Amino acid sequence: MTSGLREATGALTDLDAAAVAAAIADGQASAVEVTQAHLDRIAAIDGQLRAFLHVDAEGALAAAAAVDERHRAGEPLGPLAGVPLAMKDVVVTEGVPTTAGSKILQGWVPPYDATISARIKAAGVVMLGKTNMDEFAMGSSTENSAYFATRNPWDLDRIPGGSSGGSSAAVAAFEAPLAIGTDTGGSIRQPAAVTGIVGHKPTYGAVSRYGLIAFSSSLDQAGPLGRTVLDTALLHQVIAGHDPLDSTSIPQPGPDVVAAAREGARADLRGLRVGVVRELGGEGYQSGVLAAFDAAVEVLRGLGADVIEVSCPHFEYALAAYYLIAPSECSSNLARFDAVRYGLRVGDDGTRSLEEVMSATRKAGFGAEVKRRIMIGTYALSSGYYEAYYGQAQKVRTLIAGDFTSAFTRCDVLVSPTSPFVAFRVGERVADPMAMYVNDLCTLPASLAGTPAISVPCGLAADGSGDPTRLPVGLQVMAPALADDRCYRVAAAFEAARPEPTLPEPTLPEAAR
Amino acid sequence: MSAYDELLTRYQPVIGLETHVELGTASKMFCGCSTEFGAPPNTHTCPVCLGLPGALPVANADAIESTIRIGLALNCTIASWCRFARKNYFYPDMPKNFQTSQYDEPLCVDGYLDVEVNGALRRIGIERVHLEEDTGKNTHVGGATGRIHGADYSLVDFNRAGIPLVEIVTRPVPGLGAEAPAVARAYVAELRDILRTLGVSDVRMEQGSLRCDVNTSLAPVGATQWGTRTETKNVNSLRSVERAVRSEMLRQATLLDAGTRIVQETRHFSEATGDTRPGRSKEEATDYRYFPEPDLVPMAPDPAWVEALRVALPELPAARRARVRTELDLSPEDLLAVSNAGVTDLVLATVDAGAPAGEARNWWLGYLAQQANGRDVEAADLGVEPAQVARLIALVADGTLSAALARQAVDGVLETGADMDTVVAERGLAVVSDSGTLTEAADKAIAGNPDVAEKVRGGKLPAVGVLVGAVMKATRGQADAATVRQILLERLGAG
Repeated sequence: MTSGLREATGALTDLDAAAVAAAIADGQASAVEVTQAHLDRIAAIDGQLRAFLHVDAEGALAAAAAVDERHRAGEPLGPLAGVPLAMKDVVVTEGVPTTAGSKILQGWVPPYDATISARIKAAGVVMLGKTNMDEFAMGSSTENSAYFATRNPWDLDRIPGGSSGGSSAAVAAFEAPLAIGTDTGGSIRQPAAVTGIVGHKPTYGAVSRYGLIAFSSSLDQAGPLGRTVLDTALLHQVIAGHDPLDSTSIPQPGPDVVAAAREGARADLRGLRVGVVRELGGEGYQSGVLAAFDAAVEVLRGLGADVIEVSCPHFEYALAAYYLIAPSECSSNLARFDAVRYGLRVGDDGTRSLEEVMSATRKAGFGAEVKRRIMIGTYALSSGYYEAYYGQAQKVRTLIAGDFTSAFTRCDVLVSPTSPFVAFRVGERVADPMAMYVNDLCTLPASLAGTPAISVPCGLAADGSGDPTRLPVGLQVMAPALADDRCYRVAAAFEAARPEPTLPEPTLPEAAR
Repeated sequence: MSAYDELLTRYQPVIGLETHVELGTASKMFCGCSTEFGAPPNTHTCPVCLGLPGALPVANADAIESTIRIGLALNCTIASWCRFARKNYFYPDMPKNFQTSQYDEPLCVDGYLDVEVNGALRRIGIERVHLEEDTGKNTHVGGATGRIHGADYSLVDFNRAGIPLVEIVTRPVPGLGAEAPAVARAYVAELRDILRTLGVSDVRMEQGSLRCDVNTSLAPVGATQWGTRTETKNVNSLRSVERAVRSEMLRQATLLDAGTRIVQETRHFSEATGDTRPGRSKEEATDYRYFPEPDLVPMAPDPAWVEALRVALPELPAARRARVRTELDLSPEDLLAVSNAGVTDLVLATVDAGAPAGEARNWWLGYLAQQANGRDVEAADLGVEPAQVARLIALVADGTLSAALARQAVDGVLETGADMDTVVAERGLAVVSDSGTLTEAADKAIAGNPDVAEKVRGGKLPAVGVLVGAVMKATRGQADAATVRQILLERLGAG
């Protein structure tokens, strides 16, 4: 089933973030009008799309009014002042309910802001609400949300990717021009790819993790989603930068990614060395995805890039290493959800011991995938198994980082499909965890190495099942640590040069016309 | 032969100590909350030390520095690179249900501490010194034991959660025989003095800023393998350390005599009964699932900085004691008295400020000790600095102050907080030594007591005391009595 949720309406909601900011700065629209238009669109379509767990209309309108007030007072506005944004529910927001998609945090209202929440507020960006996600960011389809599944605006029968599926769906369906996602093994890039938008996973440490509800601390990284590379870069610039509250935050300024996006838009990649990763393609990849990717590589070649093939032999172990490291860290990170201080409490009727109440709460509060990973991680960290599992996985991680280092001596960026598949149907892969895990094959290496990677739309493809619906495919551009600007430059160049119409509006059903 | 002496004919003890020290940093280990003791429950808390979702730790650099200084004072090797680790277990006083600690990569390793017992030095090996965070404090209300099992409800105070905690672990110490309890006590006492000298902790055992776990095992004399050990917690005074080892040795000997195996377990020391009771039994061995803390970057102390810290260490208690012996001209009895009163530092500092050792000893064991006792504070916290005491002693020595006036001067310092010279000047406390003034006062006294004067003239010299008293009264006690007596006798022609 295709949908009308990507239909251009000729309204303020059609504008990308840069255009919204310009309209507000020029006085053509107020921030309140822009915000109200997006709230109206959410009210109209989110019943079908289900991107939001919580819409904070009151807070959004107040934030927008504050921007308009500052504008009237002649105060300088930031480049995204007044632009609406959808926030993944894993990011802590003071006074606004935050659940990480889990029942165990249902009703929790944080008393503090994540650093990114605070930076977004300070920039005058208007947070519309909190978006749906796989519980604690564990999943690739948003079907692991404890609340409901979010739908892909390209086809409401299909998933919007995950775990940042609420954020990707909201941006793709024009509910918001921008969104924040988090990426542990691909959770920004894969949702961006399957909904036809741009999503960037920054270098580990480029964006503060303070206030991100932790899944896997050594892998988690927040990043921007937008409909254009420039919009994505503008949001990146707002949230990135050293944060003394996060020890793993990089204590130096990051590159100017907005300048890189503008530079890239000149569509000139002469002299750029692009490596196609041999191991990220071939068997197991949908033919439509590979065809779109091959065409994208030709576009890059056409822009003057020197394209070579490179081999990263340890990438094939990324999935195994990831599914030891991430569960191990999550088994510890999620221990704090114990019914003692906040969130759900089950069975505390005076007859049960503390341990019984903790167990009953965690049994009722965590979903199946979260429990699966806690158990895997608990086992992998156990005495006697630590070296064989966690220790070995960390060694693999070092080898994967070495593959990148070696490849980047021969090329400036690496490219691959973002996901082996286009968006699959809701329910199609839920019964088989491995079928779900392979969604992350292309995105895991950069996560494990802590290096930056962006997904930019590179065409449409059918899923090969006989369903003729053509669905978005993503091109992943990977760069060395700290060189996020290269991702943006190459993505922007590709965006400017890709053949038109690159992303035709999907065929609308009669009812939606 | 006592049961204790008797057991030593058949068993040999091995002891080991794990000591936890709360550091006296201004803020907690991983957040900016205050470490102040005694605040209302849960007022020194924030998202980080409450373990709220999303909160992240940032390591306290002062705590790392203090830990390295402790390691240096205990002759340890300082790691050039090490990490924090997570120790995972569920307990409601742990906000994150893991403790950020150190596991196989401690900051300081392989040191030792020499302690003196009955005139002999014993070297205690230090296995490691590492840094971690303290837990919150549970209060279990209702129930017979004050423990969580059987309680009606439990209250948690997270003010203590996240206070920097240094754990100092000894190697097992065999071969101590009957002295094992005394050595354990001497070790903790010496460690406490070192920590106090370093200024890294207030080391108050009764407030829990220094806490001790004592491991004890017995093996038959001549055995090549050590026995099964127990770990005794809740040992909260020096005396208890000694009692806990002794009582555990007696308990284990009784069991071994009866052919019962010792169970490796945690036991709790009772101050009231002086014996140990089993802790919560652990049906299975705890697996803490340690792994490197991914939220914190590794610590890599610069060797040059570590060396600078080593050079800047203060004089440690053992060195100071040696110096006290050679530099303080005191009898062995006086040295012991000074040491037992805990005023060695103060006496030494007073001597360093120019006072004779005997006078310094007299003041710190005498009037100043009385004042401290009366105020229920340590002599060091009385508010009179050693340099002021040295000045006081000088003023007495040069005749400016009498003993009585000197005590008044101390009172003045305690009341006003001003320095000694200011108090002496403002209160006019100097001895009246001007002979004109004294002669005038003497003549007045003679004129006012003609019959007494006549007795003295008649040879009854002791009667002059009445006249001395009159002069002292007239000069408000600020004259030197011997001088006054001399003048009076001269005026009466009886000298």
